[in-house]
Amino acid sequence: MNFAFTDDQLLFRDAVAEFFANECPPEKVRWSWNDEVGRDASIWAALAEMGVIGLTVPEAFGGMGMNEIDLLPILTEAGRYAYPAPLVETVAVVAPLLAESAPAAIAEKWLPGIADGSVIATVQLDGQPFVNDMHIANLLIAQRGDQLFAIPAEHVRSTPQISVDGARRLFSVEWDEADAELIVSGDAALRAADRAFDRGAAATAAQLIGLSEQMIAMTVAYVSDRKQFGVPIGSFQAVKHHLADAELKVSFARPAVWAAAYGLANSSADVDREVSMAKCFASDAAEVVARKALQTHGAIGYTTEHDLHFWLKRSWALASSWGDAAWHRRRVAHLLLDA
Amino acid sequence: MDLTFTPAEEAFRAEAREWLEANVPVGLPSGDTAEGFALHVEWEKKLFEAGWSVVSWPEEFGGRGASLWEWLIFEEEYYRVGGPQRVTQNGIFLLAPTIFEYGTDEQKARFLPRMASADDLWCQGWSEPDAGSDLAGIKSRATRDDERGGWVINGQKTWTTRGAFCNWVFGLFRTDPEAARHSGMTYLMVPLDASGVTVRGVERLDGDEGFAEVFFDDVFVADDLVLGGVNEGWGVAMATTSSERGLTLRSPGRFCAAADRLVDLWKRQAAAGEHPERIDSLRSDVAQSWMEAEAYRLATLADVTGLVNGVSQGARSSLTKIFWSELDVKLNETALRLLGPAAELIETSAGAVDGGAWMKGFEFALSGPIYAGTNEIQRNVVAERVLGLPRK
Repeated sequence: MNFAFTDDQLLFRDAVAEFFANECPPEKVRWSWNDEVGRDASIWAALAEMGVIGLTVPEAFGGMGMNEIDLLPILTEAGRYAYPAPLVETVAVVAPLLAESAPAAIAEKWLPGIADGSVIATVQLDGQPFVNDMHIANLLIAQRGDQLFAIPAEHVRSTPQISVDGARRLFSVEWDEADAELIVSGDAALRAADRAFDRGAAATAAQLIGLSEQMIAMTVAYVSDRKQFGVPIGSFQAVKHHLADAELKVSFARPAVWAAAYGLANSSADVDREVSMAKCFASDAAEVVARKALQTHGAIGYTTEHDLHFWLKRSWALASSWGDAAWHRRRVAHLLLDA
Repeated sequence: MDLTFTPAEEAFRAEAREWLEANVPVGLPSGDTAEGFALHVEWEKKLFEAGWSVVSWPEEFGGRGASLWEWLIFEEEYYRVGGPQRVTQNGIFLLAPTIFEYGTDEQKARFLPRMASADDLWCQGWSEPDAGSDLAGIKSRATRDDERGGWVINGQKTWTTRGAFCNWVFGLFRTDPEAARHSGMTYLMVPLDASGVTVRGVERLDGDEGFAEVFFDDVFVADDLVLGGVNEGWGVAMATTSSERGLTLRSPGRFCAAADRLVDLWKRQAAAGEHPERIDSLRSDVAQSWMEAEAYRLATLADVTGLVNGVSQGARSSLTKIFWSELDVKLNETALRLLGPAAELIETSAGAVDGGAWMKGFEFALSGPIYAGTNEIQRNVVAERVLGLPRK
C-alpha cells in the first residue's frame, strides 16, 4: 500500500505547474475570453515539447507511454491555471482510445501527430451534446451507437454554442459517415466509449480539484488583505467557517480523484464506481468552493473586472461536463443497490 | 502508487477474520451501562488473551507489533463482523499514544500491560463545568505537597465518558495558577478509588449512564502519576487530542462497515415492498453516505502513507474529525429515513428494526460533532492553521 505519487511524477507535475505559472497567468485567460480564436498555439507546442501532449501516446508512436496516474496531477495544474485548451479531450481521452481500439492504419495516421503537437483532437460521445474546441481541432472522434469514428476536421460542419465560460469554445457538429473512418464497432466500441467516458470524467475531476484549490488560495489571500471594522475580514469566524467548509470539500474529493486515476491505470474491476465517485465529489466540491469564494469576496467577486469569475465559470462548466454530480451519484447508487 | 496489500498483510487479515468470526459476541447490551460495561470488559479480556486487543503495540506491552497498515486491516475486519464498541478506547487509543511518547519506562511497564488486558479501565478528564471548548480555561487545581512527594487535587471534571465504570482517569490540572492560560497545567493520572474522589453518573441523550461528573476533594497523587513535565501538560494533552481527532480513534473500518449495513438496509426495505416511493427517493442519499465512508477510507490511506514516510497530519486532523463526525450523522439519518415510522422505536421495543441499532447509532453519532473539540472549534483550527487566516 502506497497511496502517493512518486518523486518523478511530482517533479513532472511541478515543472508543468511552473510552465503554466509563467505562460498562462490570468491575463492569458482574459485574452482567451476576448480573442476570437482564444487559443495560444505556442503554449500547446511547448507542452508537446515537454511531453505533456504525448503523455498517453504509446512510445512506439512517439509519445511517453504514461498513464492516468502520471496525467491527472498535471491536469490538476491545468485546472489551477484555468488553461483554456482541449487537454482532456486530446490527451486523456482520444490518444488512449486510438492506442487501444483503432486499427493500425488509423493509429499510425493520428497518434504521432498528437504526440508532436501537430494534431489537436476532440471528442463527442453519445449523450454529449457539444464538442470542445472544434475550431482548432484537426480530428474529431465521435460515437454513433455502437460505432466509433475518426473524422478529419475538414469534414465536420460546426455551429458555435456560447458557454458562460467565455474561454471555452463549444460547438454543435454534423458530419457524414462517408467522410469518416470507422475505428471500432459492436460491443468493443461500446466498451471503448465507456472507458473513454470514464477517462474524460476522471480527467475533468482532476481539473476541478485544481480550480477549487486555486479559488481557495485566491480567497484566502483576499480575506487576509481586505479590512472592515479595522481588521482583516478573514479574522471573522463566519468567514473562516466558509473557507474551512471549502477546504473540507476539496480535501476529501482529492483522494477519490487519485483513486480513480489508479483504477483507470490498473483497469480496476470497480473502475466505473471509482470514476463516478471522483467526478461526483470533485463537481460537488467545486460548486461549494465557488459559492464560498464568491460570497467571501463580496461585491468585487461579482464583477468581471476581478479575475475570480474566470475560475467560477470554468468550475460551473466543468462540474456539469462529463456527467454532473447527480448523474454520477445515480450511477454509484445503481452499482451499489441494483447488483 | 499501489493500492494493494502485501501477501503478509493479507495473511494477517485472514487470521484476524477467522478469529473474529469465531469469537465476536452478538447482541451485547450497550457498554455505556453498568451491566453492558461488565460484558464488554469480558470481551476485551478475551480479545487480549488471543492477542487482538492492541495489535499495533509492541509485544512486551501486550500487542503484536503490527504495522499501521495491519492495524487498519484489523479495524476493517473487526467492524465488518460487527465487533462491539471498544470500552477500552480512551485508554488504548487516547492515553496510550501519550504514554508511549511522554511516559517513563516505569509508567509504561506499570500502565500499558494492564490497559491492554482491560484490568485497568481509563476515562478522560478534560472538560469542566466552565471549560468545554475553551479547554485552557480549566480551574481544577493540583497543589504541591513536598512532604508526601506529590500533588493534592481539588476541583471537578465533567462529561467523563464511562466515568462511573472505570477505575482511572487522566486529565489536565492547573499546577501554577500564576502562569499564562496555556502554561501552568500538568497532565495527571488519578486512581478513581483514591480517597476524596466522588463519581456521579449522568444520563446521556440516549438514556445510558454514559457520562459522569468527577469531584476531587483533597485527592493526593504521587509524583509518579505525572505524565510529561510539571506545568507542561498542555503540550502533552494536545498530543492526545490529535489522536482523538484523527485516525486512531475513528478508523475508517467502522464507517465502511456501517455504510455497507446501510446499503443492506436499503435492499431489505426495497425487498419488503412497503413505501416504495420513499425507498426509491433515498437512493442518492444511500449512495452519498457510502461514498463518503469510502472517501474517508481513501483519505486515511493517503494519511497513513504520509505517516509511514514521516509526514504527520498536523492541523489537518481537524478536517478528519469534521468529516467523520458529519458522515456518521448523515449515515444514521439516512437509515432512519429508510425506516420511516419504525425509526422512532428503540432497542427495548419488540417492533424495532435491527434491534433499534439505527436510532442508537443516530443518537451516538450526534455526539461526534460536539466531543473531541466541537466542529466549530475544528473549523477555526482549519481556517487558522491549515489555511493561515488571521487569528484576530
